[in-house]
Amino acid sequence: MSAVADTHTQEHHHGPAKGISRWLLTTNHKDIGTMYLVFSFAMFLLGGCMAMVIRAELFQPGLQIVQPEFFNQMTTMHGLIMVFGAVMPAFVGLANWMLPLMIGAPDMALPRMNNWSFWLLPCAFLILVSTLFMEGGAPNFGWTFYAPLSTTYGPPSTTFFIFAVHIMGISSIMGAINVIATILNLRAPGMTLMKMPLFVWTWLITAFLLIAVMPVLAGVVTMMLMDINFGTSFFDASGGGDPVLFQHVFWFFGHPEVYIMILPAFGAVSHIIPAFSRKPLFGYASMVYAVGAIALLSFIVWAHHMFTVGVPLAGQLFFMYATMLIAVPTGVKVFNWVATMFRGSLSFEAPMLFAVAFVILFTIGGFSGLMLAIAPSDFQYHDTYFVVAHFHYVLVPGAIFGIFASAYFWLPKWTGHMYDETLAKTHFWLSFIGMNLAFFPMHFLGLAGMPRRIPDYALQFADFNMVSSVGAFMFGATQLLFLFIVVKCVRGGKAAEAKPWDGAEGLEWTVPSPAPYHTFATPPEVK
Amino acid sequence: MRVHAKRAGALVGGLMLPTLSMADWTVNMTPGVTGTSNEIFSLHMTILWICVVIGVVVFGVMFWSIFAHRKSQGHKPANFHENTVVEILWTIIPFVILVVMAIPATATLVDMYDTSEADVDIKITGYQWKWQYEYLDEEFGYFSNLATPPDQINNRQNKGENYLLEVDNPLIVPVGKKIRLLLTANDVIHSWWVPDFGVKKDAIPGFINEAWTRVDEPGIYRGQCTELCGKNHGFMPVVVKAVPEAEYNTWVAEQKAAAEKERELTQKDWTMAELMARGEKSYQTNCAACHQPDGSGAPPAFPALKGSPIATGDMAAHIDIVVHGKSGTAMQAFGGQLSEVDLAAIITFERNAWGNNTGDMVTPKQIFDYKNQQ
Repeated sequence: MSAVADTHTQEHHHGPAKGISRWLLTTNHKDIGTMYLVFSFAMFLLGGCMAMVIRAELFQPGLQIVQPEFFNQMTTMHGLIMVFGAVMPAFVGLANWMLPLMIGAPDMALPRMNNWSFWLLPCAFLILVSTLFMEGGAPNFGWTFYAPLSTTYGPPSTTFFIFAVHIMGISSIMGAINVIATILNLRAPGMTLMKMPLFVWTWLITAFLLIAVMPVLAGVVTMMLMDINFGTSFFDASGGGDPVLFQHVFWFFGHPEVYIMILPAFGAVSHIIPAFSRKPLFGYASMVYAVGAIALLSFIVWAHHMFTVGVPLAGQLFFMYATMLIAVPTGVKVFNWVATMFRGSLSFEAPMLFAVAFVILFTIGGFSGLMLAIAPSDFQYHDTYFVVAHFHYVLVPGAIFGIFASAYFWLPKWTGHMYDETLAKTHFWLSFIGMNLAFFPMHFLGLAGMPRRIPDYALQFADFNMVSSVGAFMFGATQLLFLFIVVKCVRGGKAAEAKPWDGAEGLEWTVPSPAPYHTFATPPEVK
Repeated sequence: MRVHAKRAGALVGGLMLPTLSMADWTVNMTPGVTGTSNEIFSLHMTILWICVVIGVVVFGVMFWSIFAHRKSQGHKPANFHENTVVEILWTIIPFVILVVMAIPATATLVDMYDTSEADVDIKITGYQWKWQYEYLDEEFGYFSNLATPPDQINNRQNKGENYLLEVDNPLIVPVGKKIRLLLTANDVIHSWWVPDFGVKKDAIPGFINEAWTRVDEPGIYRGQCTELCGKNHGFMPVVVKAVPEAEYNTWVAEQKAAAEKERELTQKDWTMAELMARGEKSYQTNCAACHQPDGSGAPPAFPALKGSPIATGDMAAHIDIVVHGKSGTAMQAFGGQLSEVDLAAIITFERNAWGNNTGDMVTPKQIFDYKNQQ
């Protein structure tokens, strides 16, 4: 600060390292955030290719392109890669980039661990994807890997799958610890908990969910490992075990997991909607409480995934009521977003388009979720395409649109350039139409009786499957446009101001665009 | 609304897919033919309309903002936020709606769980990839396999009307009787579903689940396995034929007589040609799904039988693996599933088909003795 020469030496010593070691050895939250985002997009394309194979096979009745064995590997790997490879790392990437900028911290609290938790991921996915080339093929038992299909009857590659899940779990847990340590310790002076931006709040709660349930996932795959290789019988009735135990343990992880994939999107959308409505979020405190309530309830609803396994009546009723309750805090969030837009001054740049579509389509996914919560009706919906439609509505326009909205919102901050608005709007509209074309007809297919995870189907399902496949191809191809837009934005474009969105609020907009390699070396004061 | 959707669908369908214009564009659940399925249908419609109404209100406010409160139209933002009364209201109102919804749902669920006082008990066992139906009061049972020919699945033949939803032996039930279903599985978890009955229950190996139904209209009802159970999960349909009681009783008598006759066949003296003929048929029904119709298998999970050491080597080992299965693999123990005649015929067929010309012949009596010496 005292002399020009000083600044120069500082930059020299503290700028990014040159070459590959910048990425291999970095402890910088911005570099690690970028790596997470790039990795997750690569996985999104890989998992997307598998979805294209699935939709191509389902384009018409009969077996045309792949055999049932390979079809099952595709559905399994598509689910695993999208959940653990695309959605979760994307949110960790956003957290890495944005949490320190939002709370006025110089970096994440545990930077070396940060590097380690990222680099574990490519290793885990290398192992997982390599199973496709093993004798007997990749895991073929669905992303929920129910025993005994995944144990006694699983392919030899199952052990590699288990190892990959262990590594992903370690990565996620370390990432979560880092997030909690950063948020609780490194906030700028004056930023009390109830002044934290909502993205920070939702990530804090998500991180606690991760720490609570990833060990449960590790436990359930370890029990599988024992059953397969060491002669135990956790899930084998002939040895005194119980296949349903697997489902209880898996869904105790699995249900909070679905909120892990949506809560950070809730947070991001709660920044984007006020910014483009030019009006403060309607109810900040109630939004925080709602996220907390959803997170707590997510621990006591797991058996709603298992209404047909023969849970006793009392259990069935408990899980039905608890599940219906989740609609209350979720409704509070939707009402708050709408009340924020009401009588604002709205404009519809790409982040806002994705955020508004998020609210509408996620709500539709919430409606089908409420229908699924009604246990007697669930007997008809369970394991049909109605469920497939439901969770794709909460994950694609929910998690994924939330990620796209965040990416467009913060791209100017990351790159220092404005992205091409026309192309971004094209990306939105093609994604929006493709996604609805792909997934809305699945509601009809499920209600008409089409089970999920089948490579071939009866003739009455033919027409809607064809529509759905066309929509899926459209959605899939459109995502290459996103790649093009981001690359174009990184390479150049109109220079972005420190605060490119006139309605945006928060510390991240007080630093220049692109954000310097080191920010907030001196903490800002929050009033 | 449904009519419009159908018309729009038919229009699109007619333009896009003239060849498939026969297929239908059903967009909703059907009420089904049992009391349970009708109750489920009315719950489904109630919750659907509640969602539609909430959606219209919420999205209505939102679209109003989108159209009227645009910056491009010069709308200046208001600055209101935080209103505890509003927050409490939009917490309590949904809660009340949910309570109202939970009451009929609870009543239906309690009814669905009441499996007491059944007239007919049927045990359903899921296998990879077929269903076994056993009439517990009548002491007979049989398997129900997919009847769609592979040529239709592989597009070498036109697909029939009930493509993938047809079986060789449907489950037969009498109309108007309370039927208790006891569900279990032999290998992995399956799930038995007939949409028209509103019955879906998982069949879990080592455990027995209960469900019940009472079908009031005679007819043929079709469903499918709804729990991923491996390779041919998409190819194990459920077909139930509901018949008047008199017809049902006649059918039961015939089945019992046929079961008795089958037991007598074990004592008959079989010729090689007879065993080969029966063996080929039984093989295609029971073994071909994994080991393939030409015995080539799908290694490594499903070994080839053509030229295999077991099918061409020691006969005792061959009988043992068919009767007892091989633990830790997908090879099931067929000893309890098939009759002695079928076991003998299949083993004889496997030892002499596809160039495995061992010339060995296994008789039903040999199998019977083998099972009893254990």
